[in-house]
Amino acid sequence: MAELCDLTASDLAAKLRAGETSSAEITESCLARIDAVDGRVRAFLARTPELARERAVAADARIAAGDAPSPAGIPIALKDVLSTKDITTTCGSKILETYVPPFDCTPWARLAAAGSVLLGKTNCDEFAMGSSNENSAFGPVHNPWGLETVPGGSSGGSAAAVAAGEAVWALGTDTGGSVRQPASLCGVVGLKPTYGLISRYGLIAFASSLDTVGTFTRSVRDSAILLSAIAGRDPMDATSLDRTVDDYTEGLDDGVAGLRVGVVKEAFGEGVQPGVRGSVQSALDRLSNIGASVGEASLPHADYALSAYYLIAPSEASSNLARYDGVRYGMRVPGEDSIEMMARTRGAGFGPEVKRRIMLGTYALSAGYYEAYYGQAQKVRTLIIRDYERAFESFDVLVSPTSPTTAFRIGERADDPLAMYLSDVFTIPANLAGVPGISIPSGLDQAGLPVGLQITAPVLGEALLLRVANALERELAFDAVPPLLRDLAA
Amino acid sequence: MPVEIDIDHVAKLARLDLSADEKERLRAQLGLILEYAAKVGEVAAADVPPSAYAIPRANVLRPDEPVPSLSREEALANAPEREGDRFKVPPIVEVG
Repeated sequence: MAELCDLTASDLAAKLRAGETSSAEITESCLARIDAVDGRVRAFLARTPELARERAVAADARIAAGDAPSPAGIPIALKDVLSTKDITTTCGSKILETYVPPFDCTPWARLAAAGSVLLGKTNCDEFAMGSSNENSAFGPVHNPWGLETVPGGSSGGSAAAVAAGEAVWALGTDTGGSVRQPASLCGVVGLKPTYGLISRYGLIAFASSLDTVGTFTRSVRDSAILLSAIAGRDPMDATSLDRTVDDYTEGLDDGVAGLRVGVVKEAFGEGVQPGVRGSVQSALDRLSNIGASVGEASLPHADYALSAYYLIAPSEASSNLARYDGVRYGMRVPGEDSIEMMARTRGAGFGPEVKRRIMLGTYALSAGYYEAYYGQAQKVRTLIIRDYERAFESFDVLVSPTSPTTAFRIGERADDPLAMYLSDVFTIPANLAGVPGISIPSGLDQAGLPVGLQITAPVLGEALLLRVANALERELAFDAVPPLLRDLAA
Repeated sequence: MPVEIDIDHVAKLARLDLSADEKERLRAQLGLILEYAAKVGEVAAADVPPSAYAIPRANVLRPDEPVPSLSREEALANAPEREGDRFKVPPIVEVG
């Protein structure tokens, strides 16, 4: 029997409004689940139980007074790259191990104002660089579907927390797939909205032309509710966009009859596990059963997206991470002069993947190489944008697997950066083009691990994206439970 | 062919202390990654304009009105070392 912490936010909100439960009860249910499983899952870097209880009591008072926007009283976890005032924010890095932000990021500020309950900060790859969560300076996260496997990354802690019932929903960030890929590997719903739709004020920057905030939920409806609570223009983020939709749950049940769904042919080649291909193909059959017209689409330059990404993202990272110099915040290792102090601090404070990307980006931007690498990569971005524009002339949405494989074993790809980078080969193009994407569970493979299906839509097409995802979710009725939770109930 | 890079020079530009082992590993790994990444040159023709952002915005302005910001104490609270109201750092230039 499912406990409160296993329900969706929309079901919990209905119970709260009907007076059948309280935020205090829901919060205790999440805290008890965290106590029961997080020693094995390791989704959290910092827990905030006292704050959560305080906020739950305040939310219950608001609900009793009839002043309750939909996220009120629902517990959430935040990836530890999102700044939280007076709560340590480490980015999974030793260099920020003791950093306490003096302000809140806008997404949390908006949720806090709406009465949301913060459970804690979740583990992630250092500075969101990775696809397995193994790059956290504080140890890996374990996937609730198989504790010896990775949860994906970089937002692995947020994905695992939602899959294990430790949080009802969570926020992550997606620069090349860091919400959609872990959602896929952990069997939950992961939404990366249009670039700029959610403010990034207080998100500690990795690659500024690609970074987005995204959501982890147990249903598409919950993604729509959470997006509605945080999307839209923020004067503190010059790249943020005006929202075009007030309530993303409107029209969610309109179905897919008559919609044109393009299957990205480049995403079904070699390297895609048979279990992944089979699950996504049978989901596509179900989509046409419920009235969508399914045809073959092409993103001809998708093959070059990964190359472009591994020039653009490290270049921007090498610049963004220059701020960790041991002067204003974070770790300092002493040196004879300031240059020596900075180099020693950065050498001791950053982990191997972050060093790799800083070096890659510094090289790609250095005199004599800029045009051959960064300049060329930006032209490829133009080609990818045009690919999507052309595909969306013939199709309303596009579908592919989210990742070529299901969860892999911890340690399996740790020594092969290129093999690891391939985890994001189907998610990266959406970041380069700025379009929204969502991963929903389409089933389990032969090993009992979740498969994710990715849907993408044109820029600011979130309403359509969520509508298609919602129709498919209902048709697939994915209700499998991670072994960890089955054992807990037994 | 893997790309040859001058690791010492790049590490100096990045202000990053690396051990001899790290340099050796990075020389091999970055060479392979750059070889793969150089594929961008196959399709990036001269007539394709570069895109710095997928959704460009220009001249995003706001009214120039003073609003409260961080206090000096808040701004200095995370400093590894401070002296009065200033961040303290080791010498930057030689004096004398």
